[in-house]
Amino acid sequence: MNAVTTADAGAAGLGAAGPLQVQADRGFRAKHGRTTIVWAWRVGLLVALVAVWQVLSGPVLDPQYVSSPQGIWERLAGWTADGTLWTNTWITIQEIVLGFLLGAGAGAVLAYLIAPIRVVWAILDPYVMALYAIPKVALAPLFIVWFGIGTDMKVLLAAVSVFFLVFINTAAGVHQVDSALIDAVRLMNGSRRDIALKVVLPASMTGLLTGLRVSIPYALIGAVIGELVASNRGLGFLISDSSAKFDTDGVFATLLVLSIIAMVLNGLVGLIDARTSRWKPLDA
Amino acid sequence: MIASTATHPAAPGTDADGVLEVRDLAKYFAKGDQDLVALREFSITVRPGQFLVLLGRSGCGKSTLLNLMAGLTRPTAGQILYRGTAMSGPSTEIGYLTQHDTLMPWRDVTRNVEMPRELRGEGKKSRRKEAQRLIELVGLKGFEHHFPRELSGGMRRRASLARMLASDPETLLLDEPFGALDAQLRTELQGELLRLWQGTGRTVVFVTHDIEEALLLADRVVVLGPVGSVLLDVDVDLNRPRDPDEVRVDSRFVALHKSLSAALKEGAR
Repeated sequence: MNAVTTADAGAAGLGAAGPLQVQADRGFRAKHGRTTIVWAWRVGLLVALVAVWQVLSGPVLDPQYVSSPQGIWERLAGWTADGTLWTNTWITIQEIVLGFLLGAGAGAVLAYLIAPIRVVWAILDPYVMALYAIPKVALAPLFIVWFGIGTDMKVLLAAVSVFFLVFINTAAGVHQVDSALIDAVRLMNGSRRDIALKVVLPASMTGLLTGLRVSIPYALIGAVIGELVASNRGLGFLISDSSAKFDTDGVFATLLVLSIIAMVLNGLVGLIDARTSRWKPLDA
Repeated sequence: MIASTATHPAAPGTDADGVLEVRDLAKYFAKGDQDLVALREFSITVRPGQFLVLLGRSGCGKSTLLNLMAGLTRPTAGQILYRGTAMSGPSTEIGYLTQHDTLMPWRDVTRNVEMPRELRGEGKKSRRKEAQRLIELVGLKGFEHHFPRELSGGMRRRASLARMLASDPETLLLDEPFGALDAQLRTELQGELLRLWQGTGRTVVFVTHDIEEALLLADRVVVLGPVGSVLLDVDVDLNRPRDPDEVRVDSRFVALHKSLSAALKEGAR
């Protein structure tokens, strides 16, 4: 047996024995078996789907309407060769990142300024909710009038979508701070500043992170919608341009790139998730 | 300190030289058109070094009273004097252990325990050292870097106790601190609390609904009835240290138990 107790648990005395931790002998199967199976199925499913699609397109499916894996591949290769793909992808990525940073920054800062003052929040709450409920696509025409059809418009459309989600979630986090923790700091003669920095800020971190997490995909949606509505660059433009030319290969190729970007963004979300579920001292 | 206080610690009422002096205290909570009365015309004087237990059924305003004594809430009427001056807010001289744990979940044990000194502006090195000493004192050695959620209920209580002691208070307010713990752990922590109190000259106000706990710990027991009426105010003259198993069969213990129990029953009517 190779049982190992936690450090000094026995010496802690006064019956404060900690949880007993025992070294476990698990093989690769026990540790990674499930993950391996899941990944194997994911890859298998993708390969099968692509194969079936390729086989059926032509005899059963009309490539004019649903494209084909081969057509998509050729289009991607062509776009990569002449640089179309990268220039447009880069523009969209810039819009997503800028929009996200702008929206999230403004949302978080405003939430920390407004949410702690209950009266102000109570007054503004219905208006915030009303604005939040507006479909952001509906703002696109207005934004074109205000900011033109350049990149600004897309960045701001992404930012607006992100802003409300971050703002509302952060404010909820601030409001959910346990008042007993605030009292605890008051008992230590803590100032308002201490309460804000050492209780409200760390306690509401989960709300802020939730806001960031749910808003990442909306930055993508905002940017692409902006491009679809009016532009001459970006992935949204590639979709509308290809479809206008009845080029389904091009539409599907762009959709593929967009889903890859979405997957990468979801990966980032996963990283934030791992951080949220773990309590770490923030100013250590 | 005036010597005469020590000679007649039994005298109830309002001595001028109490650590905590509560005068005609009232606390109402607004509820719609009406006011909910939590406390009314409550007066008590806690003498220095005394271990006072407030005994009462739930809903008799015990926690309200402690919140007021800690300076967390303001009374509707009346006043609380701490060492002769009216309280205007929380003070680091008064330590308050609430019924529920209020450890910061994002701080590990050490950083929770050192928090009172951190807010006071004490340097990192000395406050760390003091935190380590207190952690060892409450028997949490080896768990310095565990987060509250990784600790059992009893260990969290110990950590809370250590944090309260970190500001080095001379008066301790404890609101059913061991209520949620199992019997063995409770006995253990009661013993530790007595060790922390004895010989330090600290004053303790301890709230409980458990008669045995009251008799094991107290110098003086005050039984509270509805809205903070004092049903009984007795001194507990049992010898210390009180062994929890032996003291139960002591005839004075039995007699006190009876009278406290009768007072509680009377208050329920």
